[in-house]
Amino acid sequence: MQRPNALDLRRALTPSASFWAWTGTEANLGDRLFHGAAALCAFGVVAALAGMGVEMIRASLSSIERFGLGFVTEVTWDPVRELFGAAPFIFGTIVSSLLALAIAVPVAVGVAIFLAELAPAWLRTPASFVVELLAAIPSVVYGLWGVFVLAPWLRDTVQPALAAALGFLPFFGGPARGFGMLAGGLILAIMILPTIASVSRDVMVAVPTSYREAALALGATRFETVQVAVLPHAKAGIVGAVILGLGRALGETMAVTMVIGNRAEISASLFAPAATLASVIANEYAEATSDLYLAALSELGLMLFAVTLILNIGARLLVGKVGRAAPGVRGG
Amino acid sequence: MHKSVRLSLVVIAVSMGCRSSPPATVSGAPISLQGAGATFPYPLYSKWVAEYQKRDPRVRINYQSIGSGGGIRQITERTVDFGASDAPMNDDELGRAPAKLIHVPTALGAVVVTYNLPGVSGLKLSAELIAAVFLGEISSWADPMIAAANPGLKLPAGPLMVTYRSDGSGTTAVFTEYLAKVSPAWKEKVGSGKSVKFPVGLGAKGNEGVAGQIKATPGSLGYVELAYAKQAGLAFALVQNRAKAFVAPSVDSVKAAAAAVADTIPDDLRVSIVDPPGADAYPIASFTYILAYAAQPDAVKGKALAQFLWWAIHDGQLLAPGLDYAPLPAALALRIEAKLKLLEANGAPLL
Amino acid sequence: MDAYRRRKVIDVGARAACVAATLLAVVPLVSVLAYVVVRGAAGLSWSFFTALPQPVGEAGGGVANAILGSLQLVGIACVLGVPVGVLAGIYLAEYGRGRFATAVRYAADVMSGIPSIAVGIFVYTLLVLSMRHFSALAGGVALAVLMLPTVTRTTEELLKLVPDSLREAGLALGVPRWRVVLKVVLRTGAPGIATGIMLAVARAAGETAPLLFTAFNNRFWSASLVEPIASLPVQIFTYAVSPYEEWHRQAWAAALVLVVLVLLMNAGARVLTRARGRSR
Repeated sequence: MQRPNALDLRRALTPSASFWAWTGTEANLGDRLFHGAAALCAFGVVAALAGMGVEMIRASLSSIERFGLGFVTEVTWDPVRELFGAAPFIFGTIVSSLLALAIAVPVAVGVAIFLAELAPAWLRTPASFVVELLAAIPSVVYGLWGVFVLAPWLRDTVQPALAAALGFLPFFGGPARGFGMLAGGLILAIMILPTIASVSRDVMVAVPTSYREAALALGATRFETVQVAVLPHAKAGIVGAVILGLGRALGETMAVTMVIGNRAEISASLFAPAATLASVIANEYAEATSDLYLAALSELGLMLFAVTLILNIGARLLVGKVGRAAPGVRGG
Repeated sequence: MHKSVRLSLVVIAVSMGCRSSPPATVSGAPISLQGAGATFPYPLYSKWVAEYQKRDPRVRINYQSIGSGGGIRQITERTVDFGASDAPMNDDELGRAPAKLIHVPTALGAVVVTYNLPGVSGLKLSAELIAAVFLGEISSWADPMIAAANPGLKLPAGPLMVTYRSDGSGTTAVFTEYLAKVSPAWKEKVGSGKSVKFPVGLGAKGNEGVAGQIKATPGSLGYVELAYAKQAGLAFALVQNRAKAFVAPSVDSVKAAAAAVADTIPDDLRVSIVDPPGADAYPIASFTYILAYAAQPDAVKGKALAQFLWWAIHDGQLLAPGLDYAPLPAALALRIEAKLKLLEANGAPLL
Repeated sequence: MDAYRRRKVIDVGARAACVAATLLAVVPLVSVLAYVVVRGAAGLSWSFFTALPQPVGEAGGGVANAILGSLQLVGIACVLGVPVGVLAGIYLAEYGRGRFATAVRYAADVMSGIPSIAVGIFVYTLLVLSMRHFSALAGGVALAVLMLPTVTRTTEELLKLVPDSLREAGLALGVPRWRVVLKVVLRTGAPGIATGIMLAVARAAGETAPLLFTAFNNRFWSASLVEPIASLPVQIFTYAVSPYEEWHRQAWAAALVLVVLVLLMNAGARVLTRARGRSR
């Protein structure tokens, strides 16, 4: 064990596995069969993940060969001329996710501080319960709400106000139609907020009480206690929570597809329609007529797969540092 | 959870028992036909499916409107028993299919330019105007070009927002083919096809999605099949045809469009009827097709499909006008009959 | 004194900001729930639960096939995903040492973050294209893949909590190891594992994206594994983007049914956990 990490440590502390090793039980046929079956299923988990990667690479091969690295920077997505570039979708995915983070993170951290440090004890459990239930509402329901409530509200109230106040900025130009990048970012923010808040709350709760007591004993105010005793120790975990939220935002499909406007174009305006990697796949995957078209869509899926893979590994390393198994978070 | 599966199977069995008590003449196991494709004829097909099941309760036809592109793709992959498309498959697409596909025209419909302007109806648009709007050259309802074509109408000052199809669509193919035919600028900059790169606007999925989007957004404009605009209560424009007359989309004006090209329909029945001659003809109309393999892999399913298609081009036609689709011209129906007789399974004809 | 007052003001301000953030977070969430409940309840009717969809534009009809279809899909996913997940979890807890187990743990963790639409592509290329059918089976497999990591990791975590003394007791009685694991260890962890499975099922029941091109959709009832099948989430999506009032009404009603199902499963799972915690 040259490079101990969180997982190695956890493994070393696993009582049961070491227990079996210690007993050195002689395996009979039943044991061997059972062991084999369990190992096979465990292998199934790895195989599913690897299979996903392999299948997607295979499905996108012709697009990778044809467009190479230019696929990432090409801004044209034109099925008629068989010209496929991922840039508008990468742009849409990144901007909508960053917009969501910009809105959700400050609010979520505030919620987490409130739930972990400030709320009266009787409020904490039900409030946390509600936050976690909200994380469970299916994406398509958020989408439904987005179509009939959020988008009309943006169109009639928010966008005219923004255009009147800040219309000179390119970010708030163009007609107010509700559906568009702003709606996509907002709905993502609403959806990832419970995730970030509940994971952040958990890492704050995990900070030892003695740290807080030390700060309070030195005469710190409640907020200063949070500042000097809680946040520094929870920081890695909160960053992990944010990355988990980002992972969910990047891969979120249905709600975004329903409100973002589905247009493969890079526009400075948040009012303009856009598209994400996930939304274009949802829209076009079952309908792509040519093989190259399908391969290009698969390559978009592959990019999404790879990015969320990397993000999840990163987030887990960070959240793992404060000694907590992170919950699975995915977009859908 | 095993329980819930078992339970659900029981519930299904019971409910099907209630539902499909077959008349004495028809018996046998239920036959499921899977179809997918164009959203353009979906209101008609969903009616047909419901009616046909009353006639022959064994046959359950599951038609999913995923877009013509999807219909062509899925029939090519053989993931469905029949596909559907408004734009006939081009030679390239036919070449990709693993076996010989036949095109069965089932009805005619109009692609209408629909808009959401409260209080405004009877908008008139020329070919040049439509092209200009979709090219992004006109972005306001107050544009003088629109006003000039509509002297009597009071148009608001707000922005004109275009909505188009985000999925592979026969409606898009018909519409862009029309635009490419009437506007050299469109032909050069955009072209025609089932999914094109629209210079402006916002994408929505399916005719349903576009109509839904326009209904939700005042000031927007887009193109959908006539039945969608009618059923959703949306206004649609009169379009200037080649004879310079402004024609409203209707069953009659679509019939007129079909009549104008009736003599030029080729053997494989793949034909475009956009921008036809004739003073009464609506210029953006199309046949809509069901796509099926001439050699059906499964005799039972193949027979059910052939019989359904036979019914569709005869009795089914009577249902078309009620849903704002134009029935097939009588002369063409005879030619389609001959086509359907080509359907076979394991070398034996199905009809 | 000045410094003290400044600190005091900052403290109060920051605490107020946290309260404000909480209220701000609650607004959209309450709005979502309120709309689903109010609009959804208005769309509920007897035929909504018992009838098949009507042809486009005709009033009435229901989503009975989609409700059943969702149950069937989740059922298939459980039949496929739960045994594999639980056995994999058993492997990790009872046998899992070395690089292989680390890899499995890592794969499960990472997999739980893969977007569900990517799983949809995977199952489409793997099953739909090779079987030449959109099918309930393909939809079920997609949901099973989505459930797998949660079930695996929950099982592992819970079995690790089972004290070794129980294993010793079993072995001392001469019971083979595999029976000890199944009859003693697994049984002890079962309530907690059930909670984990319920949470995974709740998540799977609401998934839409991977079903779009696997389970597809069906206007009719379907009891077949190899035919397309309707599901509530896909039906909500289809109805929501349509222009028809009737379909909008049904979309809200379907959303209400789905949310109630999902939240019941979640709340049930949590109550289960807490009840167990108290009895210990």
